[in-house]
Amino acid sequence: MSNKSYRQAIAEALTQEMRRDHRVVIMGEDIAGGLGAPGEDDAWGGPLGVTKGLMAEFGRERVLDTPISESAFIGAAAGAAATGLRPVAELMFVDFMGVCFDQIFNQAAKFRYMFGGKAVTPMVVRTMYGAGFRAASQHSQCLYPLFTHIPGLKVALPSNAYEAKGLLTQAIRDDDPVIFFEHKAMYDMEMEVPDEPYAIAFGEANVTREGDDVTIIAFGRMVNLANEAADNLAKNGVTCTVVDPRTTSPLDRETILETAAETGRVVVVDEAHPRCSMASDIAGLVAQEAFGELKAPIKLVTAPHAPVPFSPALEDIYIPSVAKIEAAVTEIVEYGEKAAAE
Amino acid sequence: MASGLQLSREELLVAYRRMRTIRDFEDKVHEEFSAGNIPGFVHLYAGEEASAVGFCMHLDDRDAIASTHRGHGHSIAKGCDVEGMMHEIYGRKDGLCGGKGGSMHIADLSKGMLGANGIVGAGAPLICGAALTAKTLGTGGVAICFVGDGGSNQGTTLESYNLAKVWDLPAIFVVEDNGYAESTASSWSVGGSQVDRGKGFGLATHEVDGFDFFAVFDVAAEAIERARSGGGPSLVHMKLARHYGHFEGDAMTYRAADEVAALKAESDPLTIFRQRVTETAILNGADLDEIDGAVRTEIEGCVASAKAAAMPAESDLLTDVYVSY
Repeated sequence: MSNKSYRQAIAEALTQEMRRDHRVVIMGEDIAGGLGAPGEDDAWGGPLGVTKGLMAEFGRERVLDTPISESAFIGAAAGAAATGLRPVAELMFVDFMGVCFDQIFNQAAKFRYMFGGKAVTPMVVRTMYGAGFRAASQHSQCLYPLFTHIPGLKVALPSNAYEAKGLLTQAIRDDDPVIFFEHKAMYDMEMEVPDEPYAIAFGEANVTREGDDVTIIAFGRMVNLANEAADNLAKNGVTCTVVDPRTTSPLDRETILETAAETGRVVVVDEAHPRCSMASDIAGLVAQEAFGELKAPIKLVTAPHAPVPFSPALEDIYIPSVAKIEAAVTEIVEYGEKAAAE
Repeated sequence: MASGLQLSREELLVAYRRMRTIRDFEDKVHEEFSAGNIPGFVHLYAGEEASAVGFCMHLDDRDAIASTHRGHGHSIAKGCDVEGMMHEIYGRKDGLCGGKGGSMHIADLSKGMLGANGIVGAGAPLICGAALTAKTLGTGGVAICFVGDGGSNQGTTLESYNLAKVWDLPAIFVVEDNGYAESTASSWSVGGSQVDRGKGFGLATHEVDGFDFFAVFDVAAEAIERARSGGGPSLVHMKLARHYGHFEGDAMTYRAADEVAALKAESDPLTIFRQRVTETAILNGADLDEIDGAVRTEIEGCVASAKAAAMPAESDLLTDVYVSY
């Protein structure tokens, strides 16, 4: 056990799985970097340094830099997975899915079903998502709802370094295609992470706080904001259960419904846009399956239905905040109290 | 280098039988579709047999191919079970893909057939991946992407030319230029020449008569040998033609009135093959007639058994979405 950043935890999972299984290869733009250039080899190790040093251990044959050709190399990952490798492809920013989505949702996701159960496509697409970097509309989106919508894909959203290592290990060992979302604002977040390899099962939510008044279901980086909000609210006597589903596909419906029923009040925190989102999906699930247990309307704390803005003044109010989560919790707690008073 | 005209009598019989199987399969599917017995979208390969068979005669199960929406011919040439294919096209439970793929998604990974594909141009990146597997694991395999003139204009295909070159992959891109992307002529839709495109990306390139099995076989031998020996990727451009429309039901009003009749009279790859092998006295007409009869019976048997086979059950609807979930 030692202190590791989210970045180091991801690199450690890649390293340990590449040592364990010679079929694991990684590919992507500048994942080593400097190829063919006069300066340093392994110049970048990925745009944010996540894969730095892997080339030195595993060589150019297993650390495959690519041209800027997402369609070609994401499709190559699918073809390689279907024929016997276990590729981990890095889609630098999830916003770039627009130039390669066919290879993910029409090819990799459908092989198994279309081919009558005879195909196995063990590929991982690691991709960066999320706002907060002043990176504007084409480098800041979440987009995980779009992948969650597609049968055949699994979608993981690690909320900290421990989760990142365990979920990425599982993703690489998994025989289905997995889209692995890394929030760009979390790479430097540190915590205690075991040194030995471990896998966290998909579809098993993690309950990070237990309380009596409100259940907060949050995704990815938002889990940390939800925890902070819950800790603040507890000082004022309002206690919250916080649920990190870990994966949006498969989704741990049972834990969500059980914890929703226990408190009778639900807030969903989702950095994605609100329409056709995880927030609306969870709200629909709870409304359908736990309506009788609810004491107040379900509240959604999400980004607005607008592109991510550039200006810091706008981006800061765009992203869901601890204050907004606290306000949502307070509102539905008071809703119950008002109803009782009347 | 292997030459088609040096093939043994047995090998020639195999080649002819595969081409005849494709032709009869497609003619029969045409007949059955027209009678309303086959659901969905169907795109027939009749007329292009020399391409699939000329290439796949060189391949074994460690080699992979990716096909197109017009995939029956490639599937048969690569060794997919013909009866299982027919059952699949009829949507039967015991079809090659359990009735979940249909005509446009026939695949058998155990045979290295990575699938017909409903998305035009999608096969080229997949073939880069299959070639990467062969190279990384040292299987000695090669990977071949069959792509039409329509698919040749997709960015996926052009990106894959570049990736195959940059990664130095044992990959071959076979552009089957049948003259039409759906209803639009390749003379209008393709800027520049296919071979020049290949050269532009640094690929070895070949131009071949796609009606002539022997010409295709020889070029395929060269490109496949290059890939197997680490010589890198190639592009092969061939002119050929389909006997049917883009899809079954296509009235083909975009083609000249006498075009298909002339094709069948002058440029039929089976007729050309027969002339060549009988002129050179490697085979005689009776050998080929015997195959014609046997294949006719086989295909009729496939249709009869497909019609008699069970449909998938409701319990099959949700199986095989994932390996585990």
